Amino acid sequence: MKNRSLMLKLLSALIVFGAWEIAGHIPISYAFPTFLESMAALARMTFDGTIFVAYAETLRPLVVGVAISAVLGIGLGLWIGLSKGFEWLFAPIFIVMQAAPLAALIPILVMIYGIGLTSKVFVVCIMAMPVIVLNTASAVRNTPASLKEMATSFMAADRDVLLKIILPAASPVIFSGLRLGVSAGFIGAILSELKITPTGVGDIITYSRSIADYPSMYAAIFSIILLAVLFLNLLEALENMLFEGNNRGYVSD
Amino acid sequence: MSQIKPDARHVTSATDSAVSVRNVSKVYGDVQALKDLTLDFPRGELTSLLGPSGCGKTTLLKIIAGLLPATSGEVLINGKAVSGPGPDRSFVFQDFALMPWASVIRNVAFGLELRGVAKSEREAVAEKYIAAVGLAGFEQKFPHQLSGGMRQRVGLARALSVNAEVLLLDEPFSAVDEQTRRKFQEDMLELVQKEKKTFIFVTHSIEEAVYVSDQIAILLPRPSRVSEIIRPSSFRDKGVDNIRRDPEYLDIVDGIWASLRSYVE
Repeated sequence: MKNRSLMLKLLSALIVFGAWEIAGHIPISYAFPTFLESMAALARMTFDGTIFVAYAETLRPLVVGVAISAVLGIGLGLWIGLSKGFEWLFAPIFIVMQAAPLAALIPILVMIYGIGLTSKVFVVCIMAMPVIVLNTASAVRNTPASLKEMATSFMAADRDVLLKIILPAASPVIFSGLRLGVSAGFIGAILSELKITPTGVGDIITYSRSIADYPSMYAAIFSIILLAVLFLNLLEALENMLFEGNNRGYVSD
Repeated sequence: MSQIKPDARHVTSATDSAVSVRNVSKVYGDVQALKDLTLDFPRGELTSLLGPSGCGKTTLLKIIAGLLPATSGEVLINGKAVSGPGPDRSFVFQDFALMPWASVIRNVAFGLELRGVAKSEREAVAEKYIAAVGLAGFEQKFPHQLSGGMRQRVGLARALSVNAEVLLLDEPFSAVDEQTRRKFQEDMLELVQKEKKTFIFVTHSIEEAVYVSDQIAILLPRPSRVSEIIRPSSFRDKGVDNIRRDPEYLDIVDGIWASLRSYVE
């Protein structure tokens, strides 16, 4: 069963990369390299160390932004979810943040915070935080009432109810918010490098395009997608480790 | 009913009522759920609260558990008034209320975990009660890997493991299939014999109430009051296999149906 799902994953990767290779050979555009050309460029950048230097730059706003979004986002979400009063106060802010066209807001951020790390971290946070906050808040509000009642009947303190019932019960939805938030954060990190100042992976993309080195450009894009997928899988593994019984649905359903 | 004087109350609790409900009323908004309800639960016996849906039997059970406050009146456990959940009572939930992220043993030990009992100690207690409800070998399973009947056995083991004097069961068998339920009812009789605890059992099944109870309180709705208390006498000692064809058993079941029939929509 496990082998089969691995086989299917490999098969779907093979189909996508095969289609990419064929499309590159037709070619659909002179600016579209084949899969193998891109992989060769990726290997070259890996061996001469360019990609590592680039990621050292890109990962900084990404990691800082995602960390802030996760901690602050889950904290705020808990607060909003637990108290009726803060829902109307904060939830609209995050709904607006989620819907706002970010690219149009970037010039304002640059005006306020300059072109340095701060602006980039902000872009990552604006992308990542709303979905984390909103998911956490709604998950907390939807904790099964019977579980809270059960804990109360066994004389749980409020702190126990929060840590041993509400958080674990909300964890699947919190984690799905984290997954969405982290992928949005990756988009935000690259967007900030394309729109604010070209550094890191954004620089490879911009520079390679300007000298028509399309394989390198696609290699950079491919590498960021690969990194995002790896990170999301890591997050999923963490969730399964922490809350083993959750991955098979709720008992009361 | 007149107010009971403090000394008189002392006498009542010193005899053999583990739980006494005194003049309890409960009002939700403008709905009167319970009105001036008074009822005694003899120590070491199983008392059923039986009535049509909406008669407030679950409300009464939750007031006894301390999960809901009474609007007026009081509940006494061994003569002491209830102000909230306490170590002297434990609750078995209709929907089991098991934590899906926790293994069977952690679920069963959860009451002790909340009381700060050390892990090895509480797991030893939990193991004992898991075996007592017939789930030995399932300690490390998760609730989703169990059948409905087994899940409720976990809920029962959790309630037993805190060693409370009074067990409150809110329609515990209503979500399990008929055959499992019969087995549960037989086990229930054995449990009452063995555990020497006071059981308060909410059910909507007349047969179930008569089968398992030492005392049956019939509640009638809107507003809820105790209309009748029945104490079956003769068939309890005849063995689990003979109860369902005992003439007294059949008469009581018929009698209860006759008095409840007009309240069922």
